[in-house]
Amino acid sequence: MFSSYLLHTWIAATLLAIAAGSLGYFVVLRRSAFAAHALPLAAFPGGALATLFGFTPLWGLGGFAILGVIFLRVFARLGRRDVAMGLLLSTFLALGGLFLSLGREYAARVYGLLFGEVLGISAASILPLALLAIAVVLLLLWRFPALLLQSSQAELASARAISNTGMEWFFLVLLALVSAAAVPIVGTLLVFTLLVSPAAAAQRLSSRPYQAWLLAIALAELLSWSSIALSYWSNWPLSFFVGGQGALLFLFSRIFTRA
Amino acid sequence: MPTNISITMTDPLHLASFLQNSAVQTALWMGALAAVLNGSMGIFTVLRQHSFAGHALGDSSSAGGAIGIFLGISALWGFLAMAWIAALAMGALGLRQARERDLATGIVLGCALGISALFLYLDVTSTQASSATVDVMFGSIFTLAPQLLWPTVILVVIAITLISIFYRPFLLISADPDLGRAAGLPVRRLELLYLLLLGSAAALSALSIGVILATALLLGPAASALRLARKPWQSFLYAQGIALIAVFGGIYLAFISYYWSDGASWPVSFFVVTLILLFYLASAAIGPMRKAKF
Repeated sequence: MFSSYLLHTWIAATLLAIAAGSLGYFVVLRRSAFAAHALPLAAFPGGALATLFGFTPLWGLGGFAILGVIFLRVFARLGRRDVAMGLLLSTFLALGGLFLSLGREYAARVYGLLFGEVLGISAASILPLALLAIAVVLLLLWRFPALLLQSSQAELASARAISNTGMEWFFLVLLALVSAAAVPIVGTLLVFTLLVSPAAAAQRLSSRPYQAWLLAIALAELLSWSSIALSYWSNWPLSFFVGGQGALLFLFSRIFTRA
Repeated sequence: MPTNISITMTDPLHLASFLQNSAVQTALWMGALAAVLNGSMGIFTVLRQHSFAGHALGDSSSAGGAIGIFLGISALWGFLAMAWIAALAMGALGLRQARERDLATGIVLGCALGISALFLYLDVTSTQASSATVDVMFGSIFTLAPQLLWPTVILVVIAITLISIFYRPFLLISADPDLGRAAGLPVRRLELLYLLLLGSAAALSALSIGVILATALLLGPAASALRLARKPWQSFLYAQGIALIAVFGGIYLAFISYYWSDGASWPVSFFVVTLILLFYLASAAIGPMRKAKF
């Protein structure tokens, strides 16, 4: 199970869980579930373009995720935010579908981008992931109190001269970066579960911010490690276990804290 | 893929070969049915800011499509069954606490997507359905069986009848559930009915333009219509009209893209989504979101 071909997967998933768990805490706090689902999908055409022209997928994914943030902010001004998000993600997905249909190996590529390709993780992708995980944690720690206040009580935050727009950008750009890094591993569609379900469970189990934040990271690790192990033993796709166990984690945290 | 294509010099727009093609005829009918139902349901969805639920129901139905291919039953029933199950699950998980609705929606969505990851994988590895992922996620409107048409017609007729019966209560609980409760409406049951109808709409668009693009057909026409319409009933007509134009235009453009791109057709869903986006941007330019009096 820890043989060399899976070693990269273990390291990459561990690093990703650190970034996803810590950012997920704020996704849940800000009720940005839809954004956390939409931005990974915005990265999708980037991955498709990368396979079409043969450059490193991470650049394409990152570029399009950032583009997604910009479009999101522009679209949101046109009207309602949730409609903007829905149309944005459809447009990006349709674009990705078009790019993929122009290339060869259409079907296999679509599956890999949407649901992840665990064995496709190379040694070269570890370093960017490690840098990202460190950067996300440090940036969050740097702005932790401000972001916490702005996420839970935006009005109070603006009274303390914390810029709402600035925080929104800060959060969305981090979300875009984590999404781009997560797509090759768990796929566009399941990034969301890795972000939200550990954090939602952690916030149920603890009400102290730093404790809940650390718990979210720990649960994200648990979720991704057990998914890799189960995927290894069963030979079934990793994203199936991430999605299923994510839902179980959420349910258990609700059942055990009901009293 | 369009079948029996004959290139004629006298028909530069390929309209004759488009309309005579039997695969296109089925596609147009199915697309029209999906457009009418999605346009109507979209109005409620946009009004109550329920876009994420609408999107999640479409995405969740992919698991049904994947299981359908695996078991060898028609994708329509798979999509429908899974969309309804997801609708019931979301209703059960999220109705009690409105503030947790987004989370519950997302968790159901993640679970369903995990199941589709598994079954699409099994489809490809064990049943040789190598195009399963593309068919389920991006639609397969040109390969739909004509036998599906009648069940779909019946489904849409029932759904539209229910929408016209419950039109006022739906609008009321969309605007303000508390007001609905005060008026003595069975809010929970109406809510479930609404979710089931939304699931049916999502399943139909999953079949035609694909699971992950179903959101565009649901939200885009409705959001544009709400900007343009002055009266509630107008918004339904406009939404259906815009959805129909986008779907028909998308099918036509995908069909003729065969001629300009050396035989590699571009996906229908790409054109449908692009047309919907153009409508939305145009409507945003024309008028601000009107506070229509409902």
